[in-house]
Amino acid sequence: MSDLTGIDDLPKSRRSLAQTLELDTRLLGMIGAFMMLCLVFDVITDGRFLTPRNIFNLTIQTVSVAIMATGMVFIIVCRHIDLSVGALLATCSAAMAVVQTDILPNALGLGLGHPMIWIITILAGLFVGTIIGAFHGWLIGYLTIPAFIVTLGGLLVWRNVGWYLTDGQTIGPLDEIFRMFGGTNGTLGVQASWIVGAIAAGLAALAILNARRRKQAHGFAVKPVWAEAVMVLIAAGAILGFVAVLNAYEIPTRRLARMFEARGEVMPEGYTEGYGLPISVLVLIMVAVAMTVIARNTRLGRYIFATGGNPDAAELSGINTRLLTVKIFALMGALCALSAVVASARLANHGNDIGTLDELRVIAAAVIGGTALAGGVGTIYGAILGALIMQSLQSGMAMVGVDAPLQNIVVGAVLVVAVLIDIIYRRRTKDT
Amino acid sequence: MTTPLVEMRNISISFGGIRAVDDVSVDLYPGEVVGLLGHNGAGKSTLIKVLSGAYRADQGEIRINGERVRIDNPRDARALNVETIYQTLALADNLDAASNLFLGRELTTSLGLIDEDRMEAETRKIMGRLNPNFQKFNAPVRALSGGQRQSVAIARAVYFNARILIMDEPTAALGPQETQMVSELIGELKKQGLGIFLISHDIHDVMDLCDRVSVMKNGKLVGTERVEDVTDDAILAMIILGKRPERS
Repeated sequence: MSDLTGIDDLPKSRRSLAQTLELDTRLLGMIGAFMMLCLVFDVITDGRFLTPRNIFNLTIQTVSVAIMATGMVFIIVCRHIDLSVGALLATCSAAMAVVQTDILPNALGLGLGHPMIWIITILAGLFVGTIIGAFHGWLIGYLTIPAFIVTLGGLLVWRNVGWYLTDGQTIGPLDEIFRMFGGTNGTLGVQASWIVGAIAAGLAALAILNARRRKQAHGFAVKPVWAEAVMVLIAAGAILGFVAVLNAYEIPTRRLARMFEARGEVMPEGYTEGYGLPISVLVLIMVAVAMTVIARNTRLGRYIFATGGNPDAAELSGINTRLLTVKIFALMGALCALSAVVASARLANHGNDIGTLDELRVIAAAVIGGTALAGGVGTIYGAILGALIMQSLQSGMAMVGVDAPLQNIVVGAVLVVAVLIDIIYRRRTKDT
Repeated sequence: MTTPLVEMRNISISFGGIRAVDDVSVDLYPGEVVGLLGHNGAGKSTLIKVLSGAYRADQGEIRINGERVRIDNPRDARALNVETIYQTLALADNLDAASNLFLGRELTTSLGLIDEDRMEAETRKIMGRLNPNFQKFNAPVRALSGGQRQSVAIARAVYFNARILIMDEPTAALGPQETQMVSELIGELKKQGLGIFLISHDIHDVMDLCDRVSVMKNGKLVGTERVEDVTDDAILAMIILGKRPERS
């Protein structure tokens, strides 16, 4: 086929930089919009928006919605919707709160603070979320009730099942190790963060090189070497830059002093320590990588996109679309449970209203991130970026001192405008 | 006489009280093209969907190579080397040619992940044979012309060593040149010993390409004739009037 690739090479002289690097122009546009947003807020707040402290806070506030948004991508790509994610999060959170503060320490006699409590609790939460999600999927796939109805019902049901589980009480404090998944209470520290960052950068470079080698082995056209090098540099730079920012946020002195006190030591004069990577962010990154691999490199992901693109064709190709529906909703349920871990750990207790309106934030994040409600189109990184944009907008406006009602008005308007821009972009590029 | 590749015997299927196919029997031999003719709604697509696994017959039996088989879904049909090219092409428009060609039968690496590159290489190979002008390997098939989409659908059927090929209106959406391409391909596949069911309502297509024709009307089989034994007009009479030609 080498004679054919020659034709591909012809127009290369006229290719733009973005095309040579094979970058997704849509993604570039989103990153551009996000950076603009940050810069504007930074100017208005006299440089308080782009501080390590605020970036750290933004990141940990985004995690819960971002984790669920990755699952929502699959649901929407498959032409379904899930309105129950916030309520499902609440039920999972309630179940985990009861398990870790009552069932395990009292009924099973492990006692409070047992080192196994956190992991058993999380597994129990994942089990509950997956089962409920699979049940939704069964109602939708096998009993053919529209997803909108099943999950609208689910919104009411699970919000209040959560209420019953805890008698409407706030439950806390949660297990100490469990709370480390919340953000501020569980960070890797400076050194470990650099190590994780370096490993991640190395893996990214390896992945790029591997893809190139595989393409060459089949004799396909590959990007010029300098373009690959630029991609490696961008990836490594982004990862290490992110780690540097999180490391630069120093733990407040009084908090550090308390930590030393708890260990029975005295804090040396002038001692400082950075937070580094929060564990919750690490969880999000792992979810993002896993979900991207599922979307691009597994049959499950391929079938999700095929079904979203043409359900009849998927069926005729022998894909079991009913079982597929069960799988994606079960996955969504598991991700809700994971989000429940992060959300309740961040608050250090389970409250009745946890995850309220999250379904709307999650759907908005996925849609701002370029997931088409018509199905068949969507990316994991887009949804995470969408969640980040939503969160930045919200906390930026709070920092500027915009009235609460006006904040919501702006967020709502941005959602609609973002989708309009996306529609216009796709029409222009004929990439419907 | 050799065993037929396919025998469909006394097939009936109803939808809500309407007999879409009523006691129809057709057969197909290796290296033969059998045309299925009839008006819209005559039941030809429905009959053939029983063979491709999209529908299940209420009555009747299917034999492949003389053995009675059960076809409950498209997967069963594919396992018996029955491949179908649907009139709608059944392509996922948002995916590229390779993803469509291997849809439901992806090539995987030793880790169980999809081997995108190997799939593209195989797609380039088969497309080089079927339609050498085909270049858009990385574009979603929505960006392709009618003929290019058709060649993706045909490649999908041919790649997996089909023994029995069902083509539902293969040239309906094509220009003259692309129609020519499909005709040549049918001739080629015939030589390789495949059996082909060709559904069409273009009578000239059928007379050119087929060895025998089975005509349906209102869900019933009017009759099956060898193409060289009958005139166009006789076939038309079968389609329109439901009348078998008189034997001379």
